[in-house]
Amino acid sequence: MKEKHKKIKWMGRFFQNARKYFIIAVLASFISTGLNALTPQVFRFAIDSVLGSQKYSYLSNHLWLIAGLLVFLALLSGISLFVCKFNASKAGENFAKNMRDTLFSHVQKLPMEWHDKNQTGDIIQRCTSDVEVIRNFVVTQLLEVFRTAFLVIISFGMMWAMNRKLSLLVLFFVPIVIIYSTIFYRLIAQRFTVADEAEGELSTVVQENATGVRVVRAFGREQFEMERFQDKNEKFAKLWIRLGSLSGLYWGVGDFITGLQVITIIVLGTIEGVKGSISVGEFIAFASYNTALVWPIRGLGRILSDMSKAGVSFERVHYIIRGEEEDYCQKEDVKKIEKELPHYDIVFSNVSFQYGTGKQVLSNIDFTIPQGTTFGILGGTGSGKSTIAQLLNRLYQLPEGKGSITLGGTPIEEIPLEVLRKKIGIVLQEPFLYSRTIKENIRAASKEASMEDIQKAAQIACVDASIQHFTDGYETMVGERGITLSGGQKQRVAIARMLLQKAPILIFDDSLSAVDSQTDSLIRKALKQYEKEATILFISHRVATLMGADQIIVLSHGHIAERGTHEELMAASGIYRQVYDIQMSQDDRKKVEI
Amino acid sequence: MAAYEEQEYNKPFSLQVWAKMLPFFKPYQKYFIITLGLNILLAAVDVSVPLFQSAAIDQFITKNSLEGLFPFTLLYITVIGAQTLLVYFSVHAATVIDMNVGKDLKWAQFQHLQTLSFSYFNTTPVGYIHARVMSDTLRIASMTAWGIVDMFWALIYVVSVFAIMFFLNSKLAFIIVLIVPCIAVLTVYFQNKILHWNRKVRKINSQITNLYNEGITGVKTSKSMVIEEDNEKEFFKKTAKMHQAASRSAKLNAIYIPTVLFFSSSAAAIVLAKGGAMVEIGQIPLGTLSVFMSYAVVIFEPVQQLARLLADLISCQANIERVTDLLEQKPNVVDRPEVISKYGDSFFPKKENWEKIKGEIEFQDVSFMYPDGKEYVLQHFNLKIPAGSNVAIVGETGAGKSTLVNLAGRFFEPTKGRILIDGVDYKERSQLWLHSQIGYVLQNPHLFSGTIRENIRYGNLNATDEEIEEAAKKVSAHVVIEKLENGYDSNVGESGNRLSTGEKQLISFARAILAAPAIFVLDEATSSIDTKTEQLIQKATEQLLNGHTSFVIAHRLSTIRRADFILVVKEGKIIERGTHKELLEARGYYYHLYSKQFEEEESLKAFT
Repeated sequence: MKEKHKKIKWMGRFFQNARKYFIIAVLASFISTGLNALTPQVFRFAIDSVLGSQKYSYLSNHLWLIAGLLVFLALLSGISLFVCKFNASKAGENFAKNMRDTLFSHVQKLPMEWHDKNQTGDIIQRCTSDVEVIRNFVVTQLLEVFRTAFLVIISFGMMWAMNRKLSLLVLFFVPIVIIYSTIFYRLIAQRFTVADEAEGELSTVVQENATGVRVVRAFGREQFEMERFQDKNEKFAKLWIRLGSLSGLYWGVGDFITGLQVITIIVLGTIEGVKGSISVGEFIAFASYNTALVWPIRGLGRILSDMSKAGVSFERVHYIIRGEEEDYCQKEDVKKIEKELPHYDIVFSNVSFQYGTGKQVLSNIDFTIPQGTTFGILGGTGSGKSTIAQLLNRLYQLPEGKGSITLGGTPIEEIPLEVLRKKIGIVLQEPFLYSRTIKENIRAASKEASMEDIQKAAQIACVDASIQHFTDGYETMVGERGITLSGGQKQRVAIARMLLQKAPILIFDDSLSAVDSQTDSLIRKALKQYEKEATILFISHRVATLMGADQIIVLSHGHIAERGTHEELMAASGIYRQVYDIQMSQDDRKKVEI
Repeated sequence: MAAYEEQEYNKPFSLQVWAKMLPFFKPYQKYFIITLGLNILLAAVDVSVPLFQSAAIDQFITKNSLEGLFPFTLLYITVIGAQTLLVYFSVHAATVIDMNVGKDLKWAQFQHLQTLSFSYFNTTPVGYIHARVMSDTLRIASMTAWGIVDMFWALIYVVSVFAIMFFLNSKLAFIIVLIVPCIAVLTVYFQNKILHWNRKVRKINSQITNLYNEGITGVKTSKSMVIEEDNEKEFFKKTAKMHQAASRSAKLNAIYIPTVLFFSSSAAAIVLAKGGAMVEIGQIPLGTLSVFMSYAVVIFEPVQQLARLLADLISCQANIERVTDLLEQKPNVVDRPEVISKYGDSFFPKKENWEKIKGEIEFQDVSFMYPDGKEYVLQHFNLKIPAGSNVAIVGETGAGKSTLVNLAGRFFEPTKGRILIDGVDYKERSQLWLHSQIGYVLQNPHLFSGTIRENIRYGNLNATDEEIEEAAKKVSAHVVIEKLENGYDSNVGESGNRLSTGEKQLISFARAILAAPAIFVLDEATSSIDTKTEQLIQKATEQLLNGHTSFVIAHRLSTIRRADFILVVKEGKIIERGTHKELLEARGYYYHLYSKQFEEEESLKAFT
């Protein structure tokens, strides 16, 4: 119960600047329905009291007046319908915007642990399709339910006033139609899910065939691919045809039931009319009310069945909303703490870590990186070397009792996230570039940087020449809507971006892996100028990348296996030496002495 | 390469475009005829329904007699029953047309895609290809099945209603006729505007989806740089635009619907005024007036439908153009007819005629320019690669190292000159013949959704489970695969994204080895596997390359040192060639590349 209450509360938050419009829409819908219900009464009056009767002889000579009244009613009803639709859309769009914006901000602030657990495609699905389903529910469906309810109540009232017996008959059909269409839509929805999955499978084959065209051709698997495709294509068509037959059946049977409803009223109405218990005008009005009810009631079945979908979507969106954000703090605190950091020494003491309930990634890690020195971490894939960097900038939280990490003597948990992360520039192994221009990408974290600064950073990252080579230079779009950069180019753009940040701590997390060794060494040479003021951390599986560091640790299975300078480690003849020998084979070291 | 710009399709309505679809409709001619027939009947039945009400008034109520009510009721039920059956059968028939036309269109495009050259895939984003095969065909098929059927129904309905109205009373009928064009014009006007805004909404919606995607996949980067708020601002701007566009479309809709309803109510009012007067002077019976009032209200639905469908039909032309555009793409590499007749095509390969390949490759005076390129990247190139020898291609990233491989594998053909395989111009044989002899390991290995076993089997569809494991063992993939929860039956996810790059590479390696190819192509295949695994793979490769002609594209000098022959590529051109020893002695660009690795060590010493 409490859980439910909470859910309503978070929905309410999105409804903030939408509620007002929604209420207006509901009121307008009520007015419009009421006005519409008056029209048959005017007809009735016209037929019974004006035509062929002497009572209102003035009117019967001036039928235009009645027509004018009808037009006037239609006008009023049209206006209120406009007001209703207009405000409903306003409510819906405000609601959707609130929801989209909240979700985006929230997802950005959810911790990495959360992101690791969830698939990107799935989250996007929840933020787009599910939001759309909910928006539709709140605006279209909920409003439609109100409207149908008004329609049933008002029409029924009018009918009741004219003839009780017939009214009860109409009322008898209402639940039958609603239940019938609800059940049928459920059935169709189930089949629809299956058919939709078949479409998804087919779509995947097309997608993968186009992406993997090189593999398909290289193995001469065109025929195999075509068979696979046709197989899914046939299945897809078959399921949809079946779905089509089912909906055909539904429509047919639905038409029949509503047809029976109409027949019943007309036939029994005729009998009543002949008996004299209703007039011709009443008969026509009755038939109008009955027909007006038929479609909305059938529609209601569909809406009720769709509403169960909205329930699922609520739950799916709520799953994201209830994820706990990282603790970003107030702006004032940020400024205060920034001044309190006296220096940037990094100290890891006795740090152990595991992802979720997975296996131990790091065990008892101890090291100190004094400000302004260069530090190297050598390790193979899965040695936990990247984890060290991500613990330092708190992308992952070090649980209590698992050791401590301090920056400038302050435990990193006490430094506001924004401050900490701004102090640490990091180039990730697989850097991410935004689909903007190269220029915008490089200055993503330092908006006020001048073109000169940008170019200088790009030069140090050895990517300036490549960028100049593009037709649009720094204005070249990257990603989805632009060109695709090679892995090495991406890494170098990311390096330029990080350098522009001018952070006191620079971390290169295997970020030269896709760069050829020549450029690798050029970049490292260029980085020398940062050495004086910045602390540099190289994380790599390449000895060459970090052999120049002041201090090197070798990680093996989450432990520090060796530590020292390059010379010390070489002399120790341990893992470091072994890796060195593998990477720099015999004739390499003889250095081309032919 | 310039960003892909989608062609705008906004030609005026043209029958020529639609005629291109005829071959796809033809097989379902019978269904089309049945559906149309059913819809004529259905329209007739639908039109007759309001007549029952008027009959009830004129025959029973006004006459004050119940005589004939039973047959009346029976007829009424029969008509409704017929309506039910007609609806069922016409929905069914239309679905059959819809799905089958869609299926055939998809199939035709997919088949055609299998023959198109790499240059097409290089310049066309996957998303567009996907949209053409999936959504465009969906639209065309449903438009032809439902759109044409509905139009037909609406047309018959409108025509019969007018016929009845004119039959009953031409004066009253005229009033309604006059209002019809107003509704039609109104509908076309509003639909066009609404369509415009809806397109905008869809476009912005896909941008929003992209931003979500970026926000999530780039979350680590955004967090590290603390630019969450900047991203938010960007996002909020887009949702504001969305808000604006969607509101515009909704507003137009909010005006359109009440306006149409107002028109139809007015028509009913005028009919009442005019018809009422006629009833009073006994010109028409009361029942006729009630029929007119019913028609005045219901006629506008099919009129609107007609106008809307016409607009849809015109906009659907763009989908047809997109589809035919794909179908009319000509592949750059085609087998000659006489080659196909001997070797078969990719649909029906005649493997019995395929020569066994030894693997000797000879480039004879080859010049090459990419189809979308402006200058030759290869000129008068000659090279003879004896069967079984290893060629390494060296150069910087983006220097054009894959050109030679693309040519040797006949993914592109030489602009001038020829390439001989085992002494015969490869154009004399089929593409499939050559491709089934090549094992390929790419830098970014592509896997297909399915299990690991299925993915390895892609290399040889007839391989047994033992052979698959054997291949995996050769490249040390076996150990890694065994560690996964379901071993060889683990699902790799879409495009293999549940596996790490290293794992994907190992599997693509096993796949290539299972194909037992005569020619091997390795494209920097070992770049992100850790040192120890990399070494294992290198050993396996070395063993495997023995006896196979091979191309190795690498910037890892250690992997090419053992090559029989090295080609050095710079800025798309081959600038040096020879053995490792010769090239070092030449002290050229290769020497420069090679020695950098060691200067590095020196420079690092200076660093400390």
